[in-house]
Amino acid sequence: MAQPSTPAPGTPGLLLTADDVTRVVDRMAHQLIERAASSGGEGDGLADLVLVGIPTRGAPLARRLAARIEAFTGTRVDVGTVDITLYRDDLRTRGVRALEDTRLPDAGIDGRLVVLVDDVLFSGRSVRAALDGLRDVGRPRAVQLAVLVDRGHRELPIKADFVGKNVPTSRSQQVRVRLAEVDGEDGVGVTDA
Amino acid sequence: MTILIKGARPYGEDAVDVLVSDGVIAAIGEDLSTTAETVDAGGLVLLPGLVDLHTHLREPGREDTETVLTGSRAAALGGYTAVHAMANTDPVADTAGVVEQVWRLGSDAGLVDVVPVGAVTVGLGGERLAELGAMADSAARVRVFSDDGKCVADPALMRRALEYTKALDGVVAQHAEEPRLTVGAQMHEGERSARLGLTGWPAVAEEAIIARDVLLAEHVGARLHVCHVSTAGSVELIRWAKSRGVQVTAEVTPHHLLLTDAQAEGYDATFKVNPPLRTAEDVAALRGGLADGTIDAVATDHAPHAAEDKECEWSAARPGMLGLEQALSVVVDTMVDTGLMTWREVADRMSVRPAAIGRLAGHGRPLEVGEPANLVLVDPGARAVVDPVALASKSRNSPYAGRELPARVVHVLLRGELSVRDGKVQK
Amino acid sequence: MRESLTHRHLLEASDLDRDDATLVLDTAAQIESALAGREVKKLPTLRGRTVVNLFFEDSTRTRISFELAAKRLSADVINFSAKGSSVSKGEGLKDTALTLEAMGADGIVVRHSASGAPHRLATWVAGSVVNAGDGTHEHPTQALLDAFTIRKRLGRLEGVRVVITGDVLHSRVARSNVRLLHTLGAEVTLVAPPTLLPVGVESWPVTVSYDLDAVLPGADVLMMLRVQAERMNASFFPSAREYSRRYGLDADRVARLGDDAIVMHPGPMVRGMEIAADVADSPRSTIVEQVGNGVSVRMAVLYLLLGGNA
Repeated sequence: MAQPSTPAPGTPGLLLTADDVTRVVDRMAHQLIERAASSGGEGDGLADLVLVGIPTRGAPLARRLAARIEAFTGTRVDVGTVDITLYRDDLRTRGVRALEDTRLPDAGIDGRLVVLVDDVLFSGRSVRAALDGLRDVGRPRAVQLAVLVDRGHRELPIKADFVGKNVPTSRSQQVRVRLAEVDGEDGVGVTDA
Repeated sequence: MTILIKGARPYGEDAVDVLVSDGVIAAIGEDLSTTAETVDAGGLVLLPGLVDLHTHLREPGREDTETVLTGSRAAALGGYTAVHAMANTDPVADTAGVVEQVWRLGSDAGLVDVVPVGAVTVGLGGERLAELGAMADSAARVRVFSDDGKCVADPALMRRALEYTKALDGVVAQHAEEPRLTVGAQMHEGERSARLGLTGWPAVAEEAIIARDVLLAEHVGARLHVCHVSTAGSVELIRWAKSRGVQVTAEVTPHHLLLTDAQAEGYDATFKVNPPLRTAEDVAALRGGLADGTIDAVATDHAPHAAEDKECEWSAARPGMLGLEQALSVVVDTMVDTGLMTWREVADRMSVRPAAIGRLAGHGRPLEVGEPANLVLVDPGARAVVDPVALASKSRNSPYAGRELPARVVHVLLRGELSVRDGKVQK
Repeated sequence: MRESLTHRHLLEASDLDRDDATLVLDTAAQIESALAGREVKKLPTLRGRTVVNLFFEDSTRTRISFELAAKRLSADVINFSAKGSSVSKGEGLKDTALTLEAMGADGIVVRHSASGAPHRLATWVAGSVVNAGDGTHEHPTQALLDAFTIRKRLGRLEGVRVVITGDVLHSRVARSNVRLLHTLGAEVTLVAPPTLLPVGVESWPVTVSYDLDAVLPGADVLMMLRVQAERMNASFFPSAREYSRRYGLDADRVARLGDDAIVMHPGPMVRGMEIAADVADSPRSTIVEQVGNGVSVRMAVLYLLLGGNA
């Protein structure tokens, strides 16, 4: 197995290979299982858990996490997606974009533990928009955040509860997460803008 | 007053010098000289002064959009020495008093001969004949009668008008529009009107009236003039009537020679006009009809309108567009530069025949010694982009705004005096 | 996939190419699913934007639909009813436009009895203009909501056979639907007496028929247009009874429709002459759901036109 490398900021390169992504997702799944058990829900707490992906790549990531949790525990976990486009505060500058699915489990999110899932945590504005979106669809018992990559440079007081990998970057760099469901293959890279 | 015009080309032919004295052409020859004023006309085309059968000067009534004076300036700058002022003023020119008023305003302006047109019916109401004889006998010497803007739709009334004007050596100039077929009409009826959702003005509404009127004119042996012919079918009908010997004459506007209903896309009401702009096929037929003489004259239908009557919804806008200052340029563009007509034919359609139709003695005369010196000198090679703000008309509703057109009117003489010199009006 | 619309305004259906139209419908579907079952049917998307509903002609239904759409996107909404006021004369349009411009309207939804009024307005303002029906020209958001309704009911638009019957000549809904449905790959047949079809209809991308009964069996969608009673007095047809007999939708004609065919009407409908009451209320009828779909589609249009304006 290739050793994950962490290039210095300003150097283009691969941060996580496909195998790395698989391993990181597995580890996050285990962490979610542990946290759910200790979070005050009934039994193992997994019935209480809803994984809500933020499109585009947070959605397949949430499904993968759910699949791994089911593989490890035999328990099916509810999954949903919440498109945040209509909640963004930067439409004026970034322009409109096509909307993606918003799908919540039939049981809803009221009183449950919602874990938002996204690929990259950067300014925190997407998470802020997702929190606003969640507020309009229900009242969870608690909301937590899981991201594959935390690259720093937060503009809001937001912190992830589950992080696949911390990656120091410069503000001008771009972190690109690729997932097989969207991009045909897995991998995480960083490039200079 | 004596002026020597050096190096002008009569009808675009070989250059000569023309000596103008006491309001008439005194001499034509090579290397003429004079101690009097000289106008260098090297390369310029010399034509008899243009005559417009169809101008709306808006005075009295809408002096905010045009006056006899501003309209006269526009006419002079367009190369005209005589214009017929349409009767649809407020009050309507349906009495000797109103036509004499307009005639006097024209004399006072002194830039072109303003020849009033008398209304056919009282108040353009289409019900009772106006006092045609009184207008004919007035100082204005009215010979052309028209309800233009409205059609004399009642066939019996039209018959009487045609008959009655025979005694006046007059002519009825018909605005051919069957009113029941054009209720609410906004533009040419066809594929575009259907798509744009604008009520159609069908070609048949014009053609049905022309067909009726040429038959009436034949029946009673009277002269008929058809205003602003706009369709291919109308050209066919007039051609047929002329072949039968009917005393019918017809005019076409510059805008119908150049523009099509495609201009309605975008709903800019500058292009709303009555009759409406038609199809490319109609434009081709109109050019053909003008070239072969089926259509006798180019007449501007110069129709000034206030900005608020054009910068609004299409259906709320008034129909009509400016024409006097660009008419010759449009004719050069559509007829001369395309090889359809010679300069001599331009003189025929824009001066000789309209003067004959209007019975104007001093206009549309040959370029010969002893003839009245009503003359225009044109630079055929000059091209310019039309700027509505620069027009002499009080209004700005030119359909040619931003369009580059050929030929520039350089000098105009009215009875031997320069009304326009170097493209500048003299009053 | 397209992310934003090609044009800044929505003046007529031909402003939308196939990708644009699909984007609007997809966006409407996403908005609808995002809001489904919610207590709070409101999104912060257009907070701080101003949408003016400029109605020179009465249409409570359309105005409310746009108002609800704008409010659900958190826009500030100003309703400007110009009918009967001094602006009903033509010269008012430009003055009104300049006033709205000075107020900083981001979007202007305009309804006007004069064809082309939204086009003129669009040349005088910086904001986006949405045509909410102009004269006998177009009503593009109605066509979008009709297409949205068809797609929801039948699952597709490509190859769907749509019969549009009624007063095509005076119908802005027909013009917009013909253009948009053609863009989206549907096959449109117009059915009306020849007096209610425009000269030049041959050049439209449609099949024309005078015989409703002949085209019914092949129709997936039957769209009924309004026929105003005053047309009768102008001799477009002899009587309401004769119109109804030849072109009205009664139970017999409904029986000739395929099992899955739907019946649409832009409303308000003339029950009896155009459409029998039991037909209007049958499960085939989309008349009620068209109302809700209208809000979703108009939210999509407002989002796509106003969301990105800097």
